[in-house]
Amino acid sequence: MDLLYQIFVDPFVQMVQVPDLFVQTLWEGLVSGVLYALIALGFVLIFKASGVFNFAQGIMVVFAALTLIGIYTQLRGWGVRPGDLAAFLALFITVGVMFVLAVGVERLMLRPLVNQPDIILFMATFGLTYFLIGLGELVFGGEPKVMIADDLHLPHGSIDFKILGGLVSLQKIDIAAAVIASIMVATLAVFFQKTRIGRALRAVADSHKAALSVGISLEQIWVIVWFAAGIVALATGIMWGARSNVSFALQIIALKALPVLILGGFTSIPGAIVGGVIIGVGEKLGEFYWGPLLGSGIESWLAYFIALAFLLFRPQGLFGERIIERI
Amino acid sequence: MRSPTGNEIAAGESILSVENVSLAFGGVKAISDVSLDIRKGEIRAIIGPNGAGKTSMLNVINGFYTPQKGRITFKGATRTKMRPHEAALGGIARTFQNVALFRGMTALDNIMTGRSLKMHSNFFWQLLRHGPAMKEEVEHRKRVEDIIEFLEIAHIRKVPVGVLPYGLQKRVELGRALAMEPDLLLLDEPMAGMNLEEKEDMSRYVLDVNNFYGTTIALIEHDMGVVMDLSDRVVVLDYGRKIADGTPDEVKANKAVIDAYLGVAH
Repeated sequence: MDLLYQIFVDPFVQMVQVPDLFVQTLWEGLVSGVLYALIALGFVLIFKASGVFNFAQGIMVVFAALTLIGIYTQLRGWGVRPGDLAAFLALFITVGVMFVLAVGVERLMLRPLVNQPDIILFMATFGLTYFLIGLGELVFGGEPKVMIADDLHLPHGSIDFKILGGLVSLQKIDIAAAVIASIMVATLAVFFQKTRIGRALRAVADSHKAALSVGISLEQIWVIVWFAAGIVALATGIMWGARSNVSFALQIIALKALPVLILGGFTSIPGAIVGGVIIGVGEKLGEFYWGPLLGSGIESWLAYFIALAFLLFRPQGLFGERIIERI
Repeated sequence: MRSPTGNEIAAGESILSVENVSLAFGGVKAISDVSLDIRKGEIRAIIGPNGAGKTSMLNVINGFYTPQKGRITFKGATRTKMRPHEAALGGIARTFQNVALFRGMTALDNIMTGRSLKMHSNFFWQLLRHGPAMKEEVEHRKRVEDIIEFLEIAHIRKVPVGVLPYGLQKRVELGRALAMEPDLLLLDEPMAGMNLEEKEDMSRYVLDVNNFYGTTIALIEHDMGVVMDLSDRVVVLDYGRKIADGTPDEVKANKAVIDAYLGVAH
């Protein structure tokens, strides 16, 4: 009885009794959820258009952030002043680098492997991961770097609300992350649903040969999605980097995107956001209210547990396309 | 319709000619030394028993396969190799033996993809859904609605094609090919798996496309009644070789064709 009380009653009593703490936890969860969603978004883009699970998305986040910082440092070294000019110039050049990366991936990896089974392309993205790790360490070095948040005019500090008989504190950088993520998701959703190129992307996702027969160039579409995934990676890298540091350890956040994808569906852009938020909020609330029961530390596996439960009942995810096979 | 070379081809002249084409997959010869031509404005049938190389021939014509030997001349330009989207750009549209539609999309969106090559507004305007992009979308939408009306599929235009019955899927696929306003339309077994009524409907659409739009059509079909009724000229393949070529009546009377279809006592 006591255990049942601790699991099913006590956490909710705490939530009601100390509402400010509950709101704070909820907010923390929401923010990490949005950041998970950003990573998941990069996966969804590539999966939608080519059916490939891009294992390299995590390292692309790190690589993009490192490139931004590296170019900024170089520009400052050459005497570009003021700092924010250098930062935005670096941002611009980094976008260019991500484009070159997209073209390179298409030319050197996807094109030679066209018509190969998905598992081969998946393995190729492993190769790409280790290539980018090597390249990143060679060019930028292995030590953690500090994100140039100030020169990019990202807000810092916090807004404090005195509500619910306590204090709820929102970091401005978190608010910025949420806003940027929302704008990106909305733009991509409209782009996919309503435009000619979006239609072509969905066409390629459905059937390569049919897409070719109506004159859609696979090469062009792949460059577009990898470039878009690169931009999403850059945004993710800036936001994560501004909260902690930019280091190669950051690439494991890619694994956190997996439960998000299972929850939201591999092919749904809104699913990435909703899945991200559910995982983020679930993790934080679980850790805070139920964690002590299991001796804490459940944050690291709770997401996978939620995803597993979902797989049992709704394998296509919340928004994924239901696969109906005619027999 | 424009041709990339600039010179228009008069009706009855060859729009496409395939010369001495051979195609093999490893040791398996799919096509051996086949030559054939397709004249502008005609309906050209390619027939033959299963495994005769008919679909391989279509795949060679629209660039899915690159033959090891031989030349292909399309609208005056000779080539040995072409990429599928270049074939589409040049005015070759096709349908597939096993329907290849974009299953998640509506019938309307499927047919709109056929307009991809004709739409040129840039990325920026498309994102805003405004200005030139919107005007272009509306313009092409109108052409697509005409095709939908022609094929009598107005009632299913907002339905995801994955859930449509097979006969209607085939019609949507034809619509997508027509939306490209092709100079040459390749149909791979357009009536396969259809009942009599559906076959008659499909035959009517094929004839109408040929008559009203003047589209040159090459089709693969197993139903001999349909083939003899529809086509102006028939080419017969067997084991990757051409065994007969001529009008339906000539082909029907050809000894080699009868042997190929009915078998011959050894």
